[in-house]
Amino acid sequence: MATPTMDKLEALEADNGSHLITVTFRVRRFNPEVSADAVWEDFQLAIDPKERVLDALHKIKWELDGSLTFRRSCAHGICGSDAMRINGKNRLACKTLIKDINPEKPITVEAIKGLTVLKDLVVDMEPFFQAYRDVMPFLVTTGNEPTRERLQSAEDRERFDDTTKCILCAACTSSCPVFWNDGQYFGPAAIVNAHRFIFDSRDEAGEQRLEILNDKDGVWRCRTTFNCTDACPRGIEVTKAIQEVKRALITRRF
Amino acid sequence: MKIHKYDTVIVGAGGAGMRAAIESTKRSRTAVLTKLYPTRSHTGAAQGGMAAALANVEEDNWEWHTFDTIKGGDYLVDQDAAEILAKEAIDSVLDLEKMGLPFNRTPDGTIDQRRFGGHSRNHGEAPVRRSCYAADRTGHMILQTLYQNCVKEGVEFFNEFYVLDQLIVEVDGVKHSAGVVAFELATGEIHIFQAKAVIYASGGTGKFFKVTSNAHTLTGDGQAACYRRGLPLEDMEFFQFHPTGIWRMGILLTEGARGEGGILRNKDGERFMEKYAPVMKDLASRDVVSRSIYTEIREGRGCGPEGDHVYLDLTHLPPEQLDAKLPDITEFARTYLGIEPYTDPIPIQPTAHYAMGGIPTNVEGEVLSDNTTVVPGLYAAGEVACVSVHGANRLGTNSLLDINVFGRRAGIAAAEYSHKADFVELPENPASLVEETVERLRNSTGTERVAVIRNELQECMDANVMVFRTEQTIKTAVEKIAELRERYKNVSIQDKGKRFNTDLLEAIELGNLLDLAEVMATSALARKESRGGHYREDFPNRDDVNFMRHTMAYREVGDDGSESIRLDYKPVVQTRYQPMERKY
Ligand SMILES: Cc1cc2nc3c(=O)[nH]c(=O)nc-3n(C[C@H](O)[C@H](O)[C@H](O)COP(=O)(O)OP(=O)(O)OC[C@H]3O[C@@H](n4cnc5c(N)ncnc54)[C@H](O)[C@@H]3O)c2cc1C
Ligand code: SF4
Ligand code: FES
Repeated sequence: MATPTMDKLEALEADNGSHLITVTFRVRRFNPEVSADAVWEDFQLAIDPKERVLDALHKIKWELDGSLTFRRSCAHGICGSDAMRINGKNRLACKTLIKDINPEKPITVEAIKGLTVLKDLVVDMEPFFQAYRDVMPFLVTTGNEPTRERLQSAEDRERFDDTTKCILCAACTSSCPVFWNDGQYFGPAAIVNAHRFIFDSRDEAGEQRLEILNDKDGVWRCRTTFNCTDACPRGIEVTKAIQEVKRALITRRF
Repeated sequence: MKIHKYDTVIVGAGGAGMRAAIESTKRSRTAVLTKLYPTRSHTGAAQGGMAAALANVEEDNWEWHTFDTIKGGDYLVDQDAAEILAKEAIDSVLDLEKMGLPFNRTPDGTIDQRRFGGHSRNHGEAPVRRSCYAADRTGHMILQTLYQNCVKEGVEFFNEFYVLDQLIVEVDGVKHSAGVVAFELATGEIHIFQAKAVIYASGGTGKFFKVTSNAHTLTGDGQAACYRRGLPLEDMEFFQFHPTGIWRMGILLTEGARGEGGILRNKDGERFMEKYAPVMKDLASRDVVSRSIYTEIREGRGCGPEGDHVYLDLTHLPPEQLDAKLPDITEFARTYLGIEPYTDPIPIQPTAHYAMGGIPTNVEGEVLSDNTTVVPGLYAAGEVACVSVHGANRLGTNSLLDINVFGRRAGIAAAEYSHKADFVELPENPASLVEETVERLRNSTGTERVAVIRNELQECMDANVMVFRTEQTIKTAVEKIAELRERYKNVSIQDKGKRFNTDLLEAIELGNLLDLAEVMATSALARKESRGGHYREDFPNRDDVNFMRHTMAYREVGDDGSESIRLDYKPVVQTRYQPMERKY
């Protein structure tokens, strides 16, 4: 083994998870079956700060209030279920450790913005997926199918690598001020997924996709505020992808 | 209550469900019911790759792949099915590429391949590069690609619909599928889907363990729905414990890490796998590596103050290689453990990973109601099913393959069946079971809590039926599960509403886990031998004379309403390969 920076590892291994701190979670509750108004509700938990915000939400649901409602599945940042606004910033609850977001003060948790809240942290994802479907998010090819795989150089594969990582969590789109003000805007996630195909050397529908994005609700709405890039839990350079699409629209080269 | 009518209904939108949907939508009017949005399915968590003997980087052929699959499964594999799996693997990978999947590429522009546990050249001579991959997010790319193609084909999805019951009707003394009953999360409404053909593709059941790589939603709903209606479950005692889960959390670190050269070490820094598997070393099959890890731990060579884990060492690999080939798992180590894999070894322990057993099917995906009888109109594919291509232990990269090969087959077979078949008449009050369950839970004033029972179940399973089992530990589990099942009757929920009542659904999911845990433990108790993922310390050897056969577990209900499990057995299909001792 290379000489490890053993201090971190040793500290990790020595920690038996019994170091609990008291944290207040301030959750935006909404249940139209109960009331038409949304309210903030505080929950106090004794919890290990190395746990995820998702663990805290589970603790609330499982021990304090079973009616607290949120989506989740994988619990490690790959399914895209649990994007929410945590301390005012869009994040995945399962990828955010409590210790990293200042547990001294109440931690606020609310639904992502710009999509209709249905209950507590659950929003209507349909408009988001509709925008995604509208950009033709699939490989289009013409001519006879080859018998073996289509060839693609490692460099060509690299051109769209970043945008293949998207898990459709909506953290970017729901952090975009343009999207908040105008629900018609495709939003960054749809553009990211268009980018994934426009820059794939195997694809032949780049022109069509660009036309779709040239629309009044397309890429030109983007005002480059970088919220989306900051929000993306997959580290995708969302703004850069949008810029590349804009450039391709001008030069018609991609 | 709403009634819908479709030719084909698919339960689940992971890899298997969507691969089936692409085929069946072209051929029949199809609805896909899924409790998660399709792209949230756990196929997206798969990292390492998908096996196919493409021979893009070195000599390989599907016959070697077949052999490895059978040997990896400790000869409990049905050999006709394994042969189909390995043969159709090649087209199955090429199909995905044509659908747009961005595989990593070789310098020639073909699909790149890497090593994976148990996959070998010429019947065990040396590791072979057979796994087709896209960095360490192959499952993500498969799930995305299949969803993209579902959008392209106009597949009709019912998202956040939980299937809770399978409708079985006897016609001329033969059990037929009439459709399914589903619960709509958004409204709490119950829907009947009458269908000529139903395909289960609802995934695994790992959540009855505590330390697991499985998602919260993998609660075996499909297996439980069929089992409750009198259909058997096959080989449920065989569960795979993946060697490298993040210590205490269970999050998976792909075997691809060892395929890229990663090494397992004990507290003395020793590469201990050399002792246990001199040829394949760290890339021996998973059951072998998991047992070796626990042997090290038990003999006092585990790491940390408690000595309860070992290390996955990647520190000798160039950072560029980690960035290019293993970006996601190195990030997991940074995010969840706060350590730097360039310089620090990663603490790991075996994690409950994959259900080899499930709903028995033949190679067309048709579900069986006993050793040979097909249930007309009922199909299953993917982790929910047991074909059985994985036998007693699945090889890495063979499940992403399984979901594509058998998802496709089931999709075609079901759609073709629905062309020639008529609808089976729905039973009277088709929704009654689901309505009763929902009402009972909503109105219950019992004192038991779902989370408490689930936690006790998970701890009991981890302690008693994990990597090492004995008569004593399994009996402890059987008794504990019986106790928990009793207490479950007294469970109540807090959310009494209709909209998005996940409190209610977690309670129902727990009921499924309890049923399946009982089947697993009961099947394990009866199998007095060690084979693949099922290791009995009191019977450490494989016993081909008495146990070269599949377990078939049936739910029996007595006249007084009492429930019990009846175990039966089914012969293994052997074609070319005689069982041999398994060495790596
Ligand atoms: C972390 C991890 C890494 C892995 N890596 C690899 C790998 O590298 N290579 C490999 O070959 N295998 C790997 N596997 C195994 C493989 O990924 C899975 O076995 C496989 O993806 C299962 O696919 P599936 O389609 O059967 O189920 P899933 O993808 O789990 O999908 C299940 C679907 O069923 C739906 N569903 C469930 N219950 C219901 C219900 N009651 N009603 C309606 N819908 C329901 C869900 O919504 C979901 O859409 C890995 C597994 C894990 C956990
Ligand atoms: S680009 Fe990033 S933030 Fe946006 S949907 Fe995809 S993964 Fe989420
Ligand atoms: S639960 Fe899957 S991304 Fe958070």
